[in-house]
Amino acid sequence: MKPASTLSFYTLIVLLVLAGVSLILQRHWVYEVPLIHGETQTVWSVEALVEFEAGDQSVKVSMARPADQPGFTLLRQSGASPGYGLNFVDGPDPRAEWTIRRASGIQQLYFQVDVLESDMSQSEIITPPVLMEPDWQEPYRSAIYRLSKDAWDASSDNFSFARELIKRLTEEESPQHIQLLKRAYNGRLPNLLAEVLNNSSVHASVVYGLELEDRRRRQMLTPLLRVWDGDSSKVFRLYEIKDERPLADDEEKPLLLWEQRGAPVLDVIGGENSRIRFSMLRREESTYSALNDSLPLQSSLLNFSIHSLPVAEQAMFKTILLLPVGALVVCLLRILVGIRTSGTFMPVLIAIAFMQTSLGTGIVGFILVVAAGLVVRGYLSRLNLLLVARISAVIISVIAIISLFSVLSYKLGLTEGLKVMFFPMVILAWTIERMSILWEEEGGREVMIQGGGSLITAVLAYGAMQHPLIQHLTFNFMGVQFIVLALILLLGSYTGYRLFELHRFAVLKR
Amino acid sequence: MKFLPSLIAPWALSRFGMLGMNERNRRYIGRYNPRSLFPLVDNKRLTRTTLSSADIPMAALIGVVDQQSQVKKIASLVEGHQGFAIKPSKGSGGKGILIVTHKDGDEWVKASGGRLTVEDLKRHISNILSGLYSLGGAADVALIESLIHQAHHFDDYTVEGVPDIRVIVCRGYPVMAMVRLSTHASDGKANLHQGAVGVGIDIATGEALAAVQHGQLLENHPDTGKHLGELVIPDWEALLVMASRCYDVTGLGYLGIDIVVDRDHGPLLLELNARPGLAIQLANNAGLLPRLRRLDKLTAADTRLPPEERVRRSREWFADESVFDKTVQPGVKLAE
Repeated sequence: MKPASTLSFYTLIVLLVLAGVSLILQRHWVYEVPLIHGETQTVWSVEALVEFEAGDQSVKVSMARPADQPGFTLLRQSGASPGYGLNFVDGPDPRAEWTIRRASGIQQLYFQVDVLESDMSQSEIITPPVLMEPDWQEPYRSAIYRLSKDAWDASSDNFSFARELIKRLTEEESPQHIQLLKRAYNGRLPNLLAEVLNNSSVHASVVYGLELEDRRRRQMLTPLLRVWDGDSSKVFRLYEIKDERPLADDEEKPLLLWEQRGAPVLDVIGGENSRIRFSMLRREESTYSALNDSLPLQSSLLNFSIHSLPVAEQAMFKTILLLPVGALVVCLLRILVGIRTSGTFMPVLIAIAFMQTSLGTGIVGFILVVAAGLVVRGYLSRLNLLLVARISAVIISVIAIISLFSVLSYKLGLTEGLKVMFFPMVILAWTIERMSILWEEEGGREVMIQGGGSLITAVLAYGAMQHPLIQHLTFNFMGVQFIVLALILLLGSYTGYRLFELHRFAVLKR
Repeated sequence: MKFLPSLIAPWALSRFGMLGMNERNRRYIGRYNPRSLFPLVDNKRLTRTTLSSADIPMAALIGVVDQQSQVKKIASLVEGHQGFAIKPSKGSGGKGILIVTHKDGDEWVKASGGRLTVEDLKRHISNILSGLYSLGGAADVALIESLIHQAHHFDDYTVEGVPDIRVIVCRGYPVMAMVRLSTHASDGKANLHQGAVGVGIDIATGEALAAVQHGQLLENHPDTGKHLGELVIPDWEALLVMASRCYDVTGLGYLGIDIVVDRDHGPLLLELNARPGLAIQLANNAGLLPRLRRLDKLTAADTRLPPEERVRRSREWFADESVFDKTVQPGVKLAE
């Protein structure tokens, strides 16, 4: 550092902070994005990607669109697909229709919809479909009759009848005739249920919904069952139903009904191998801007914010934008506190893994994998291998250990254990290699210090990155990144004492 | 208060002039040590060629093994040498150093008393070559040097290992010095964090100023009981001049220089360190900052003065008072 650069250094810091603050204020005032997490409503951006192979002929694609429904209000929808004509068909069965005169090769069509979580929409009356007359073969026929009769006897109306049927079909330990049906209709249980209900003159159809979970990509629709009782209807999820738990209003994930009436979700004429995948992203918006369509997201070329990217990419960015916060935590702990970690930014990567595994599982998994890895590495070190080969061998051992833990925990009924798969394996292998060298050279004490330091740093970085307010700020305000950068630069020029040095030099007190 | 670790206020440390890790990295290493010069000190083979061209004495080199195919010739290489040390060229913190004191029949005897066959020697050198002890596991070479014999001067101050003298030289001026004495706790190694005793040495006189082990002041060597306040380094001025010349040879402005005193050959340079630690301040019971700030103000011409003149100035500027006798610690046994 030459003295001449001091001035320009602080100018840079001031400029960064100013840029950050003005960007934040601009987002806040112009786009009405609230600074505090609380005063908002949740908006889900859902993107459907339709893919198919066109056969060098005219193509017509018809896709079901979600409509207003209890729990959700539609805000905006848009489609994108070069060369195609796009038409939104409204009415009781809203659909999006893409048409083109000639297309060949793999085609990709996008449809994006923003829905607001709200209780404003009333459940509209949906006319029941016509009853089907199923034609079952023996031995299924008698099994179905028996199931149907049992459920009928144990119920009072159409809804409780449906519930009893679902309960019987999803129980883990079921009588033989149900087992037979489950095997035959494996994966098509909703269709079976609709048929059984129809057979008892109850209107029912299979509808499709999307379980909303932040930052999910490549999701598929979940088949559900809609059952009518007169004009009113209800949607049932086909989970294993516990007696005490009420149906349909599952608290865990909100469920957006994509198709409500039993019509096909996707209909492609002139193409084959079609499929549909969904990406989704959760955003907090102020009530005003969420309901106001006057500021469309792709308003101008000048809108360079990442919010103009497709939802799938935005979902990825949401995690990436948290990394600077993790880096800041590492800087704070190393420069101000003096914690020693093994690998400078390894703790941040571990913290990201913790975000996917949940903290407790993550810590236990991390310790188990590293401990088992150290044992394996202990053996490898006796073989006297060259470094690259040794690390590669450790990577393979880590994968083996992770697979073993996954299988073991699954067999033991601990599905949480499956989440160890989220750990970055190459990073873990390097961590094990470093700790093992450390063990040989400095002894177990130093391994505990650095391993513990890494874990503490990872937990603190996790705490920061997991905080809803920090997630809200980093994703919605690009300006925060500038301020974080300015802070990190400032920390880089800090020459004061570290907290640990205050302890180390405490002997000088006299 | 027993549960809380004892802390010292940052302003108290600052008044004391203690140099912290952040300030060392940014103000001194970052400013005075150009990155491009680091290989000069991180690679002992390079250090050796650089320093020997400037006639700075080091332990005699018996040989260099830089290929696996030469490993089998080790026995003939050390033939006729009573004791020797095998070192990785790029090792740090004393890792991978094997010291053999003499040969007994077909076997060699280590400083700690352990015995080695020729196969053990070959394996050790082979490990060095494959990068077991070098930073990042890079391929390395093994240096074989003749054994350093401890000057009788230090006989009662150390167990097993030869004590080494660390001098911090900033911009060519010796700033602070200490001797590291090995103990049973440090397993014969002169590493402070492994339990060796650090004795601060007065730049002006070469006499002991204070002594610490595990960060605590003490009066006597924990194993031999010898009173550390009586320790004096022989040939102090020559030793400082030698340390000071390392600046002219390497161009590194913030250096830790490790020197050993050999029974027959006098002071020999052991190794250079471009990132010298902070514990020297504890051993001196004094902070580095007031001295370093004085050197910060020097002109470029000052740094080009002859080493003898720089040492003369340092001895005048950095004289200090011994804390022995004044700080007899309760619980420390005095020698009978």
